[in-house]
Amino acid sequence: MKRRSLLQRFAAAPHIAWSVLFIVIPLLFIIYYTFTDAAGGFTLENLATIASPEYLMIFLRSVMFSILATVICLLIGYPLAYRIASMKPRTQRIVIVLVMLPMWLNFLIRTYCLKILLNDQGIINTFLGNFGIEPLKLLNTSGAVIFAMVYNYLPYMILPIYTVISKMDQNLLTAAADLGCNRFQTMTKVVLPLSFSGIMSGVTMVFVPSISTFYISDAMGGRTFSLIGDTIERQFKEADNYNVGSALSLVLMILIIISMSIMNKYSDDDGGVVV
Amino acid sequence: MKKAANIYTILCFLILYAPVAVMILFSFNSTDSIFSFSGFSMQWYESILSGGEAVDTLINSLVLAALSAVISTVVGTAAAIGIFHMKRKWIKNATMQVTNIPMMNPDIVTGISMMLLFITVGTLINANILGFWTILIAHITFSLPYVILSVMPKLRQLDPNLTEAALDLGCTPMQAFLKVELPAIIPGIISGMIMAFTLSLDDFVISYFTTGATFKTFPTYIYSLVKKPFKPNIYALSSIMTIAVLVLLIISNIISARGENSGKPAKAKKSRSLRKGKEGKR
Amino acid sequence: MKRPIRYLLTLLLFAVLFASFPVLPVSAEEVTLNVYNWGEYLSYDDPECYDVLKEFEKYYESTYGKSIQVNYSEYDSNESLYAKIKNGVSGYDVIIPSDYMIARLIDEELLEKLNYENIPNYQYIDNAFKGLYYDPSNEYTVPYTYGRVGIIYNSEMVDEKDVNGTWDLMWNENYRDKILQFNNSRDAFGTAMYKLGLDVNTTDAAVWQQAKDELIKQKPILKSFVMDEVFGEMMNGDAAVAAYYAGDYLYMYEDNDALRFYYPEEGSNLFVDAMCVPKGCQNKEVAEIFINFMLSKDAAIANAECTYYASPNSLVYDDPEYAEYMNSIHEDAMDILYPADFDFHVAYDEYCFKNLDRDTLNMVNELWEDVKISDSIGISVYILCILVIVVIVGMIVRHTVVWKRRSKYYD
Repeated sequence: MKRRSLLQRFAAAPHIAWSVLFIVIPLLFIIYYTFTDAAGGFTLENLATIASPEYLMIFLRSVMFSILATVICLLIGYPLAYRIASMKPRTQRIVIVLVMLPMWLNFLIRTYCLKILLNDQGIINTFLGNFGIEPLKLLNTSGAVIFAMVYNYLPYMILPIYTVISKMDQNLLTAAADLGCNRFQTMTKVVLPLSFSGIMSGVTMVFVPSISTFYISDAMGGRTFSLIGDTIERQFKEADNYNVGSALSLVLMILIIISMSIMNKYSDDDGGVVV
Repeated sequence: MKKAANIYTILCFLILYAPVAVMILFSFNSTDSIFSFSGFSMQWYESILSGGEAVDTLINSLVLAALSAVISTVVGTAAAIGIFHMKRKWIKNATMQVTNIPMMNPDIVTGISMMLLFITVGTLINANILGFWTILIAHITFSLPYVILSVMPKLRQLDPNLTEAALDLGCTPMQAFLKVELPAIIPGIISGMIMAFTLSLDDFVISYFTTGATFKTFPTYIYSLVKKPFKPNIYALSSIMTIAVLVLLIISNIISARGENSGKPAKAKKSRSLRKGKEGKR
Repeated sequence: MKRPIRYLLTLLLFAVLFASFPVLPVSAEEVTLNVYNWGEYLSYDDPECYDVLKEFEKYYESTYGKSIQVNYSEYDSNESLYAKIKNGVSGYDVIIPSDYMIARLIDEELLEKLNYENIPNYQYIDNAFKGLYYDPSNEYTVPYTYGRVGIIYNSEMVDEKDVNGTWDLMWNENYRDKILQFNNSRDAFGTAMYKLGLDVNTTDAAVWQQAKDELIKQKPILKSFVMDEVFGEMMNGDAAVAAYYAGDYLYMYEDNDALRFYYPEEGSNLFVDAMCVPKGCQNKEVAEIFINFMLSKDAAIANAECTYYASPNSLVYDDPEYAEYMNSIHEDAMDILYPADFDFHVAYDEYCFKNLDRDTLNMVNELWEDVKISDSIGISVYILCILVIVVIVGMIVRHTVVWKRRSKYYD
């Protein structure tokens, strides 16, 4: 094998140094804080604290909210991506620009505008009020939180699925039809399995930010129930308990690594026949 | 069936754009309320011209994003080349795993872990270091994997024989890199840089945890605003940004569509530029 | 993204980079001052108002011949301020915490002693505000504002029959999903403790527990826990009842004149917010000059007219134009802010929050966490989610079965 040049040999060095300094060491800090108390002595109490039913409930709730948000994103996003992919190429391009555009808007502003729409005297309720409908409680509900998650992360679901579907070989669909598949069968037996990798990356890109968000639940949930993200934020910014906060972060991290590896397992094997 | 699909698409877009519409509507509000609309006026757009904190922080964010994009592109491209040429499989894998951590990790964990590091270092040297430099470090850190991942595929597509040929023809390794490899991976580098730029511009969570007394980014400024009744000038600023991005995206689409529709001129252009390049070298 | 835009964006990026180098953090030559304050608590960044920060920059430059840059940022509770300050390396030069937090910061040696020679305007502070418990010998603090917590309600949404001048309005079932509670532990516990007639400064765990139960009882009828979000919610009529600080009521009233205000009979917290300099301050003298500037007539009146909080500064409260201005906002403004039959010293001793010892603080933090994480959402989400999970698991199982059958077939 040929010798590597000096450049090739050492080009990664700055990056490796950087990664150790600013990725690995900070993570060690989280582990350190997880297993120490305020005075710096070793303890398992932080983990015991977050093993209490209340905190487990928070984890459960966050996992459920983000699963629901992800599934809803998938249910809404998949048909949309499919529809976009079947448009004329020129229209396709414009529509994809339109899908991406809201992502360029700061997400705090996006969420705040949602709040203005949904509040008791907000635009929707004012509109309904014209027909004599009493203001509905839209904001500060779990539905509002999930809706905001779906709203904020929907483009992340649409884009990868669209990319995969638009690259799909149209002949495969024709072949399926020739071999006697009806439209529904073509969909479930050909299109869906082939777009599986897109679905998986979409799911990851929606699930991870949804499970760790803290502003969305703060703004849309009225802080009357907690998710992991805002609980962690509170430990660092308010309750002044770095140790429990770190323990929560560590568990969250592990939770995500586990779910990612499960997803990877199902997306790696033979094009996945999950459905 | 098709009609239903179209209605569905339109409905989705209506929901997707409702908040944007709210924002644009209220940016024209004649009073300083962001809740009730009283009439059209351009005053909030005019107020942007006179500056103020919103504009200052936006400029802060742009500078930060540009710097972090440039640095992470340089470091990340070098890293991609280095990692690509690594011989030992396990070192390569380990490096890639570590590189991917900020991408897989939720933002809040990345932000907190860096905050803990900075605070500890600050306490050790007994000085406040939270500020521009810590945010810059944090932004470079989370941008790096995206740069590396967009350069890597281009390196894989690269034909190693080309480099060999260049070396045989008398290029030094450095020349071979600059004249053969670099031009081939440039698209990857640029898309990585743009990715880094937009990520940094948009990031709130990590900045929120690593920011200090001396430096505010646009998103952290907005976060301090959305807690109280803020003025529609933020909407005006955001509307301008949105429109600017829209125009930019549409222009690029028109240009590329024209290139595709009339394949020949585009090709001609390309070869011309190639020729130009050759002349330049001579 | 297509190619042309790439180059366009790259070009743009470099243009921005080079055009804006002046924005980069300044060299050590220029003086900077980092001020950390409550939200909506200073007159600045509004073209129509006296901009205290800009004026200070001008004043400093003309007096001392050096240019200065003031970095101003905001927090929304004493607790979040503490979280930033406690490492002693926050980088802030001037902070404005409330009394009980000041006591805690002094206790933990996180504040610098002030040199009052640099703050001659301190003489204008009313004597009633000197030597208060948190700083008995006047070494660390200069009072900025004071005020009292009261209940704000929307007269169009609340039935006058329900208003009986007590804390009960905050627990009234009729206003389910229309009530706002403080989003910080001390103030929130305060509402419950005054309602129940408990001592807000007790170290007795059982008493705090009792207050916690009261808060958890209130939680299902709450709209949300808020700090400065209260402005939007109340001004827009999205919520009907909230407990907040008197000065902020006037701010809201200016926008929505259906809002009413009263001080609950059982008592409510009386607070003083004071300017201090945290440890690790880079330039203490400049900080003191800034504090002095904040007490000067124009700045103090501008702040008082912007925040609507009561001022302990005689240059402000004795100024007839100020009184006139305040009364033009709300006819009773001066009476609300500066009640006539009111001996501040006596009242303060009775109604202030005191600093709690470390153990009690930890316990209160934990109880507050219990309040925050206690459950109040419906069961439907869980049922829906369990259904979804069952479906997903079902698909995975089916997939595995199909997979096995198929591989058998291929073998």
